[in-house]
Amino acid sequence: MFKNHSGLTWFTYAAPSRFYGMAGKAIPWLWALCLALTVAGLFIGFGIAPTDFQQGDSYRIIFIHVPAAWMSMTIYAAMAFFAVLGWAFNTRMSSMYARALAPTGAMFTVLALWTGALWGKPTWGTWWVWDARITTEFILLLLYLGYMALTEAIDDERRAANAGALLALVGAVNLPVIRYSVVWWNTLHQGSSVSAAGGNKMATTMLVAMLIMTLAFWAYSFAVAFTRARAIVLESERDTEWVRSLTRG
Amino acid sequence: MYWNSFNDFVHMGGYGLYVWGSAGMALLLMLVEPILAAKRHRRALEQAASGDNE
Repeated sequence: MFKNHSGLTWFTYAAPSRFYGMAGKAIPWLWALCLALTVAGLFIGFGIAPTDFQQGDSYRIIFIHVPAAWMSMTIYAAMAFFAVLGWAFNTRMSSMYARALAPTGAMFTVLALWTGALWGKPTWGTWWVWDARITTEFILLLLYLGYMALTEAIDDERRAANAGALLALVGAVNLPVIRYSVVWWNTLHQGSSVSAAGGNKMATTMLVAMLIMTLAFWAYSFAVAFTRARAIVLESERDTEWVRSLTRG
Repeated sequence: MYWNSFNDFVHMGGYGLYVWGSAGMALLLMLVEPILAAKRHRRALEQAASGDNE
């Protein structure tokens, strides 16, 4: 399927140009969606949700911390998936998606660690501790930075994509370790308050605010990764006819 | 609304520093990243238009 001429053409040229146009139309809508969800989520989380009886108002950090931590892992999984897809089938657009996602994932990892430190201080009495969950989340940041450095350092686009895919794939082992770290090791970080099987241990307004903020972060991630992917498409396709006709207006 | 006054809201039951420090960092990062991505896109467009290859 990937060997015939029309298939090859579709994967190597048509896909980036089609993506470029479609993403350009989607981005303003994604920002509008992100803004609407953020306003709703913050209004419920900071305006309506009651104070926690144990933690007081410090718990409100959850509306940023948990969505950011979830995104840091979801984006890594998506990045590794696209990187490996590009490696296996030599689909250039997949590798470009992977590279476009990495900085956004790294940003959410930094945000999860930062908000975790600011939440840890008043609740545990320390900004930082080498607890299993925190350490594995920190390793996730190193994986993102390693992936970005590696793919930027190699000039040949295909070799860069393949080397990055190998790193992303090996690093994906870290995802289940982060997920189950609070179960496997009995350290400082609390277990999850929400699970598909066990229901949730939170007040409804708190849960709703957290889920809406998660959707807002999803919209944000699509918007910013699409913007970056469009830049990457232009950078790697600048000698093609469709980019030339684009810049002629 | 849950809060009695704006001061109450800012004070966050004594946890203002931690809550607003978290929200502020989120706002900062989530404004800077899209700006950098948009700049990169604009630069790529300009370079493609000028036919400049680096």
